[in-house]
Parts: sequence; structure tokens; C-alpha cells
Amino acid sequence: MAFKIIVLAKQVPDTRNVGNDAMKADGTVNRSALPAIFNPDDLNALEQALQIKEKNPGSEIIILTMGPPRAADIIRESLYRNADKGYLITDRRFAGADTLATSYVISKAIEKIADYDIILSGRQAIDGDTAQVGPQTAEKLNIPQITYAEEITAIEKGKITVKRRLERGVEEVECTLPVLLTVHGSAKACRPKNAKLFMKYKHAKTHTELQTLDDDYLGQEIKNKAFLNIEEISLDDLDCDLEKIGLLGSPTKVKTIQNVVHTAKDSMKLEDNDADIKNLIGELINNHTLG
Amino acid sequence: MNNVLVYCEIEEQKVADVSIELLSKGRKLADELNCKLEAVLIGKDLDVFEKSVRRFGTDIIYKANNERLYPYTTLPHAAVFENILKNSQPQIVLVGATSIGRDLAPRIASTLKCGLTADCTDLVIGDYTDAKTKTEYKNLLYQIRPAFGGNIVATIVNPQTKPQMATVREGVMKREIVSEDYKSEIIDVDVKNILDKVNFAVKIIERHIEARKVNLTGSQIIVCGGFGIGSKNGFAQLKEFAKTIGADVGASRAAVDAGFAEHDRQVGQTGVTVRPKLYIAVGISGAIQHTAGMEESSQIISINNDPEAPINQIADIAITGDWNSIIPKMAKFYREQSK
Repeated sequence: MAFKIIVLAKQVPDTRNVGNDAMKADGTVNRSALPAIFNPDDLNALEQALQIKEKNPGSEIIILTMGPPRAADIIRESLYRNADKGYLITDRRFAGADTLATSYVISKAIEKIADYDIILSGRQAIDGDTAQVGPQTAEKLNIPQITYAEEITAIEKGKITVKRRLERGVEEVECTLPVLLTVHGSAKACRPKNAKLFMKYKHAKTHTELQTLDDDYLGQEIKNKAFLNIEEISLDDLDCDLEKIGLLGSPTKVKTIQNVVHTAKDSMKLEDNDADIKNLIGELINNHTLG
Repeated sequence: MNNVLVYCEIEEQKVADVSIELLSKGRKLADELNCKLEAVLIGKDLDVFEKSVRRFGTDIIYKANNERLYPYTTLPHAAVFENILKNSQPQIVLVGATSIGRDLAPRIASTLKCGLTADCTDLVIGDYTDAKTKTEYKNLLYQIRPAFGGNIVATIVNPQTKPQMATVREGVMKREIVSEDYKSEIIDVDVKNILDKVNFAVKIIERHIEARKVNLTGSQIIVCGGFGIGSKNGFAQLKEFAKTIGADVGASRAAVDAGFAEHDRQVGQTGVTVRPKLYIAVGISGAIQHTAGMEESSQIISINNDPEAPINQIADIAITGDWNSIIPKMAKFYREQSK
């Protein structure tokens, strides 16, 4: 049985390794100081898709991402791991979208590009940590959702069995297809790039990237090979209600952003020596902080 | 109409702690807005939970009682909750940021086309003027949360859509009983009609929920390890030390993500919020994501080999050095002096 799988993935700034230069003097985020990476949970989702494909020959994985033109990297990274095709939803008019406006556009794109049996995404993206786009996309598509998925234990015609990793336990659920799964970070880690696929797809480019390519010969080569063309989806390709996209379609507004500088307490500085630590512990015992 | 409404989650045969905390926060917001506090209970055999909801100052309790509503599954709960929200028309909806809340709230926000802010660390009522249109909005809910991996704090508002929805983690808000004999109006929701139209797509085959092993919210002394602890073995050392001084062990998100410590121990915006009398932060740099969950501790000691670590800004006492050397010294001097 072959399945049609869509994986939703996001390119995110690597907020886990934030250096001192991550914030500008005016308190805004210095995005250029943060490397752009494949959102970690989305890689777990891709791995689940790849496993379905391996066990069910003929299955197809479509990777769908939304972001600026450079987010095409996410699609190449997926092709190197054996995804079949990718679409980049990119348009300045989508900018400023919150999760509601984002899930609206994603659901419109999904309706346009393909039939599907399963949609997989990471549970949450590390730049916002909201975990909202998955469930909201499922709602817009009017399909069930299974969040916190850790492992797909069985999949057959019209039915999937999934193990969920909850805060305080596990749950195994069965659901009809189609369904949207959000995959937990505890799921199996994604495989590395495949060298052959890397050679095959390293020149895969979007139309936008082709236009800025300085190599006419390579450009022609790419145009001639359909599998090297990453399709872009813009607002003009979708049947969107303009009031539901971008900043206008986003009910949440950012009132203020603060780069919180803790007002430094007048803290006592101690060193790693016997006298300092002995005094400290003595004090904590004397004032009954320690019993 | 236009009240403050709290979704009360049933967990292991009681109302979840986070829901109770949200009722207390909801009571304060309702007082400030001069409106009522409503609670929603969805599940089976709900009568036993009424009292624990009432005493926190709940004016109206919506009860959706049906065998098929327990355990939680997304679509039936969403259908019932949506129905209640359409009838109640609240201005604010608060949901615990649990596995259930984070499954349910976004689905509902999408249905109602309203804004939702996840993992808020504070909720405040205030006014807002749209920078472009100059339109003024009175008494909005400021939804305050760290963002961008905890490097900034954002205040979010939903000026034009109602309800204003937010999820909050356990331990962030404080519980306060209003009165043991607070009077609530009970509204029984006609569940059957709703469920007849629901797609029960998801069936639970097996469910294994463990009782919580660690609960840091009530701890008086916490020794909390960060990524700097380096390994599970390092955490075993911290646990040993904590046992010596009568403390509990917490962990930062980085340490939990790295697999050094269990998720139940996570302190911070995406873990629990704690307010112990003594908090010892070991090998923790102090991202806002973390400090949001511990900065109200009465006394903070930081142990870090980087004297410039952000955690030192909020520490009462900052010890610079290798924790592997400092912790054994603290244990030794404690044993010597506590006798």
C-alpha cells in the first residue's frame, strides 16, 4: 500500500545557541547572528515519513515549507534524505503572519498541491515554541490530529496507529486517514544526508534562485531536469482571502518587545575557596534557610 | 456575558493544578473587568469536581458530562468546548499549557478565528492603541511571554477578535481559595446532541499515565542543574548533594533536552515555575526562558564558571568556579556545621 505524505517543515534561527551578539543595541533580534537551521522536531517528522516510505514502496513524500527565499534550503536538506518533491510557499505578502494566518496559507497550499493520506510536522518550532500551527492546519483542513506523536506503530489502508508521548505517560491511539500528526522531539532522530542523493540534488533550485544564478550553463542544466526545480508558491497561486493572510489576518499583535535586562542585584561574589564556602553554608544554617 | 472563562482539565481523578491556578488568576481578572468567572468541566462523573472549582470563586460552571468524553480525545472535546464558547461568548479564555491544553486550544482558536498565545508567564489588563489606525482599545488582556528561545519578552494583544485566548504552564499563577461556600450556578451542557455530529476518528487503544514522580512546585530548597552539569552522572552527583542538604533537584530545559534529567524536573517557561526559599543554580547560564520560572525565589545562589553568566544578574550570591569542586565543598561544610 502506497501512501501520500506531506511533511511540513520550517527554517528557524538556532535559538538554542544564542551568543552575546544575538541582540542588537536597540533590543531587536539580530537574525544574522543566528544560523538558520531545519527545525529540530520537523526533522523527527521527516524521519517518520521516510520510514513509512521504506516500508511501503511507492509512497511519496512531499515537503512543504513557508518562509523567505532562503528557506529553499529546507527542501534541499529533505531531498538529500530521500523526500521526493518540495514546495516553498514564499511571498512578502504573507509576512508578519501569526499561527492562525500561517495555518490558513499552509492549508490553502495543501489543498492546491496534492491529495494526501498523512500530514506530518514537528510538534513545535524552536523560535516560537507555540505548537499551534499543526493543530490549526488540521482544523482548517477539517481532518483529525494526533499531537505528541512519538512513533507510528502501524499503518494500513485507511488506518494508522500511533504512540503518543505525553507529559506523564504514553498513549496508543488508532485513527482513520487522512490525519495530521505532530511529532515529538523524543521520536527517532532523522537519518543523515545520503551522499548519492546529495550529488543528485545539490543544484536543486527555486525559480528565484535560478534568476540570481551567475552560471548560464548550470542554469540551463537545472531547467532541463525537472527534479532540480523546486516549485515556489506565491499568493497568486492560491485562492486566499486577503483578509486572512499576513499581518492583517493575524489576530495576535505584538504590543511591545523587551530585551529583558535584569537589573543587576547587588550580588555577593564568592570564589571557589574553603573560607568563602564555609562562611556561606554557616550563614545559611544560622538563618535557618538550611535545616 | 463576556466573562472570563477557564478550561478545567481533569487529571487523575482531580482537577489539574494548573486549572486551579488559572481559576485564581481568572478570578482576579474578572474582578478587574467587573465580570463573572466561568469554568468548563468536560468529562465523565463530574459532580465530584464541582466543589474544588467553586471555592476558587467560580460564578458559573459549565458541565459537559458524558462517558464518551473521558479520556480526552481532540475532536469530541473541541466540539463540546466550541459549543460552550459560542453560548458563553467570553472575552478571555485561559487553558493550561499541558499535553491536553496544547492540543485543544489551537484547534479551538482556529475554529473561532481568534488569537492564542502559548505559555504566558503573566497576564495583565491594559489598554492598547493601534500604531497605524490610532484606534484605542480598552481593557485588553496583555499576554506576556518570553519568545525567541527566551531571549526576549513579548507582550501580545488581540485587539479585534474575541475571545482572547492564552495558555499558561503549571506553577506560574498562585492558587487562592476565595470561600469554601462560594455559590456557583451550574449549567448542564446538552452533550448528546453535540456528540451525535462528532467524528470519533481517534480511538484510544492503550493509555498509561504515570503518577508524577517529582513535583517541585512545593519545594522549599531546589538545587537546579543546567547543561553545564554535562551528564546523567553529573545529575546523580547533584541528587546526592541535594539529599544531603534536604533539597529537591530541578533541571534547565537544556539539561532535560540533552537527556541529563527527567522532564518532570524542568524549571522555566516550558517547565514548572517555582518559588522556593533557596534556589541553587548550578551550571545554568540563565536564559529568560529559565529565569521566568525561578526569579521569584527568596534567595538565589548561582554557581558558574563564567562570572558574566546572565544568571549572576539575578543571583543574591554568585560563586565563580567549577561546580565539581564547589558542590563537594558545600556538602562537606554542611555536614560539619549542621550538627
